[in-house]
Amino acid sequence: MGPVTSPAPLEIERTESAEEVFAVPEPDVPWVTIVHNDPVNLMSYVTYVFQAYFGYSKHKATKLMLDVHHKGRAVVSSGSREEMERDVQAMHGYGLWATLQQDRK
Amino acid sequence: MPGHFEPLPGGGAAVALDDVEISIIRSLAVQLLELIGPGPGEDASDDPLAELFAEGPSEPPKDPVLRRLFPDAYSDPEQVPDSPGQAEENREYSSEFRRYTENDLRAGKRESALAVVRTLDGLTPAGDGGAILKLSAEDSRQWLGALNDLRLAIGSRLEITDEDDTDDLYRLPDEDPRKPMVMAYLWLGGLQETLVSTLMP
Repeated sequence: MGPVTSPAPLEIERTESAEEVFAVPEPDVPWVTIVHNDPVNLMSYVTYVFQAYFGYSKHKATKLMLDVHHKGRAVVSSGSREEMERDVQAMHGYGLWATLQQDRK
Repeated sequence: MPGHFEPLPGGGAAVALDDVEISIIRSLAVQLLELIGPGPGEDASDDPLAELFAEGPSEPPKDPVLRRLFPDAYSDPEQVPDSPGQAEENREYSSEFRRYTENDLRAGKRESALAVVRTLDGLTPAGDGGAILKLSAEDSRQWLGALNDLRLAIGSRLEITDEDDTDDLYRLPDEDPRKPMVMAYLWLGGLQETLVSTLMP
């Protein structure tokens, strides 16, 4: 038996274009979910949502709710873009007005 | 107590409703179901599997109520984008997000509104025409979501955009055409407020 010739290393043509469309410009900067003030949502309901969905303590949930109420907005969670999209979708499910963005502080 | 949820021992909540109240909530829930509908992009399909993979819409809904229920995920109302490029990018991201989430969100809101209709239709009338609505813990959560969606819908129709608007609504004269809607809005708020308190962890 002759020596086994190993096949030439396969060049994998990486198709990057599809990924690049969704590439974030600064991958190390975390994303945040922001809940915005809304005159319809009850303060008690907003507190309930922060406790029920995020598992925050009553104290933390109340503080975030008051920030939304008085300052017009509050950062309620941070993490990867995918995680924040999940949180924003959940907030919309509860009827809270939420958006996500990169944390440019 | 009328218009007032109370916790049930072992979980869940109960409220006494009269015939008129039952028919108002039911009719509002049905209107919400009609408004939410199946949504654009999946109406032509009878195949449940195809429906599962159907993409949602890319554009925000035209109706202001639906726009409030399904807002753009990437447009901060208080932050002007740094550049036209940034604004365009936010619009693209919002469209993308909408395509993958709006159908699910619509389905979730339909489920909550349907739970309201189903529990009301299952009521046994009491002697005086009203009934005691008893909700399981799960039904309570569905009701909570549906009551919130109904108040968002009515609030949007009444063009409530800040706290002062709500104060003005309290002072509407009786002959104002918005009066019945305002009464319903405030009454639903009381129902929701007492229902939340039964669910507070």
